[in-house]
Amino acid sequence: MRVRTLAAVLLTGALALTACGKEGAPADQGAAPAGLFEVAKDVAVAGSPTFDKAKSRGSLIVGVKEDQPGLGYKDPTTNKYSGFDIDIAKLISAKLGFDPEKIQYKTVQSAAREQALINGDVDYYVGTYTINAGRKEKVAFAGPYFVAGQDLLVKKDNTDITGPDALKGKKVCSVTGSTPAKNVKEKGLTEPGNVLEFQGYSQCVTKLLNGEVDAVTTDDAILKGYAAAEEGKLKVVGKTFSSEPYGIGLPKDDKALRDKVNDILQSSLDDGTWQKIYDGTLGKSGSSAEKPKIDRY
Amino acid sequence: MSMVLFDVPGPKARVRHKIMAVVGIAAVIAAVVYVVMRFIVTDQFTARRLDWINYKVIQLSLVEAIGNTLAAFAVGAVLALVFGAIFAAARLSDHAWVRAPAAVIVEIFRAIPLVIMMFFFYYGLPVAGVKLSAFTAVVISLMLYNGSVLAEIFRAGINSLPKGQSEAAYALGMRKTQVMTLVLLPQALRAMLPTIISQLVVLLKDTALGFLITFEELLRWGTRIGGDAVNFGRPMISVMIVVALIYIGLCLLLTWLATYLEKRNRRNKKVIHTDGDAAGQVQLGNASAAAGAGVTV
Amino acid sequence: MNVLTKNFSFFLDAFGQTLQLFAISAVLSLVLGTLLAALRVSPVPVFRGIGTAYVTILRNTPLTLVFVFFVFAYPLLEILKIDEYTAAVVALSLYTAAFVCEVVRSGINTVPVGQAEASRALGLTFTQMLGNVVLPQALRSVVPPMTSTMIALLKNTTVASGFAVFQAGNIREQLSDQGDNVLLGLLWVALGFVILVMPLTYVQQVFEKRWSVAR
Repeated sequence: MRVRTLAAVLLTGALALTACGKEGAPADQGAAPAGLFEVAKDVAVAGSPTFDKAKSRGSLIVGVKEDQPGLGYKDPTTNKYSGFDIDIAKLISAKLGFDPEKIQYKTVQSAAREQALINGDVDYYVGTYTINAGRKEKVAFAGPYFVAGQDLLVKKDNTDITGPDALKGKKVCSVTGSTPAKNVKEKGLTEPGNVLEFQGYSQCVTKLLNGEVDAVTTDDAILKGYAAAEEGKLKVVGKTFSSEPYGIGLPKDDKALRDKVNDILQSSLDDGTWQKIYDGTLGKSGSSAEKPKIDRY
Repeated sequence: MSMVLFDVPGPKARVRHKIMAVVGIAAVIAAVVYVVMRFIVTDQFTARRLDWINYKVIQLSLVEAIGNTLAAFAVGAVLALVFGAIFAAARLSDHAWVRAPAAVIVEIFRAIPLVIMMFFFYYGLPVAGVKLSAFTAVVISLMLYNGSVLAEIFRAGINSLPKGQSEAAYALGMRKTQVMTLVLLPQALRAMLPTIISQLVVLLKDTALGFLITFEELLRWGTRIGGDAVNFGRPMISVMIVVALIYIGLCLLLTWLATYLEKRNRRNKKVIHTDGDAAGQVQLGNASAAAGAGVTV
Repeated sequence: MNVLTKNFSFFLDAFGQTLQLFAISAVLSLVLGTLLAALRVSPVPVFRGIGTAYVTILRNTPLTLVFVFFVFAYPLLEILKIDEYTAAVVALSLYTAAFVCEVVRSGINTVPVGQAEASRALGLTFTQMLGNVVLPQALRSVVPPMTSTMIALLKNTTVASGFAVFQAGNIREQLSDQGDNVLLGLLWVALGFVILVMPLTYVQQVFEKRWSVAR
């Protein structure tokens, strides 16, 4: 008897919870102009197992980030992804002949990116993924589709941290397994014990706002997004000390797909689509960006 | 019970106890008021920070996250019970070549931290070409670890049964397997039910370790919504309170189920009551098994 | 083998940190847990209630959640700034204390009623009785399960991996950064824990066998 009563109470509770609810997002996230992504027809990528798999599935599975406003951000109130990286992912999807609205996004943290591609969990990955030699051993890269540089995010009123050389003795936060964290450690910009690593940048930003770390370091593109989201509490120092070419991660042995994606990126750079995507997302912060040069290795 | 530790209080003691009670209540109230004050002073309960509860998509994603946690729990629990039964039987085998490896496996899996197991299945195995999803990695780790603990619990339960049970069964001409599956295991299962359920509570809590390997469960949902700066200004405190209440509710529900079953059991005349001495022994053995099990995350 | 020999000092360093984290949290949780147990057997109902509430909440909350709370939520309250290491120690200690409390309390309950009655007849106060008569006797039935609790604590230190506290659980990240074989590396980490835990399990079983007969 009591079991049944309890079950009934739980069920009613669940119903009551789901019955009422606001729809839509409280803040406007911005979106790419409509009609930017025209779905190509009859696309074939000969000799690409990834493409064939996606074809039989009918949609693409794309690995992205969900906690980087302006680049790859998942709005928890609508479950929609938005940002520069997302639009690039949509562009590629459209040009490969898949409806960009049907992309199955999968959030993959920095530390698990290679694994997700090796495992075949995602068809391709677009999420501030720096091309480097070590990663090229495990996965393939198309692009770069954007060149960022490592920078520092500090509190608005901070005056001691003026650049990478002023980090000694300061606590610096970054993401586990990410290039910026490795850079800081390898270049010895601060003591090894002062480098903190968490699973996501939003966690680092929380720590920065609480004053538990002095700076968050990663690529300027990501930091700008956070500075904008925190409404004037934070600032980007503005002295980049690395060059981070963002590539689209692909399974290592799929050369056919890599060539195809490179073609797509090249034509978007040439016909102005890339610029439109940039202006609609990252460009909103007011800074302009140089077009990247595709590297077909 | 603990009441035997002190005499029935006299008039002086009663006054003293009353004073202490007042002091205790005052201390608790002071602590609670202080924490609530901190909540209010740091604006944790502003409308914006509580607004997340109102969104339908967020409510649905919460239900989904609880579903994922419960799915990992259910699959993990069934597998762990099966694993435990098999290895308990193996450890009680008459053949040394079965007994010894079973003992080694159970001891080893009880000694390795669950986190390391999950890392092994999620990050390690793909090196050897075996790909597992985060869910599978979590479930397999839960099975191996909790299964090993359950094997020990079952073994203690079987050992606690009066010898006459197996002797009588053999006298009836039953085979070893029949004695084990028809006579001993069912009784041991009943006798050890409270311990088994408390181990299942542990298993339920352990699903939260999936957070570390990016399994989309309740805790990961909490950090995602709680870290949202764009819409809600990081409602980490309110979200974590809700998540904690859900976990505590689920665990208490399981514990309540255990007491309920125990009560029903006591009325059931089919249960063999082990004689006092043996029961005491089990209690002791049990206490340590349960404690060992109970603390593991 | 190569993974281990090449990074041997790193492995030692990481396990050293694990042991340090374990030692500090063990001492703190034993102290706090015993205090809580005293609360739970105290004659004042309010104190018992406080103890029970603490144990119920902490025992039914995943340790990972306790970590998340102290690393990401607690700092928002701006009470007292703590670094990640302290946060890890606090999370591990508070969590383990609930289990220590239960072990001590059930140990006290195994002491025969007559012992408490006899000491009361001799005119001992509550504190004297608990400290001089009951607890020393309870100790023998407490040691085996307490060893289990401590083994669990040792293993639980690896949860700190996700919260920027360096210990054996983070070895994987470093190996992954260097491009070493993570699979083998994790096997070595697992072996390290087996080596640390096995002697403790053995000690526990010896105590259990020797002391379970005594009463």
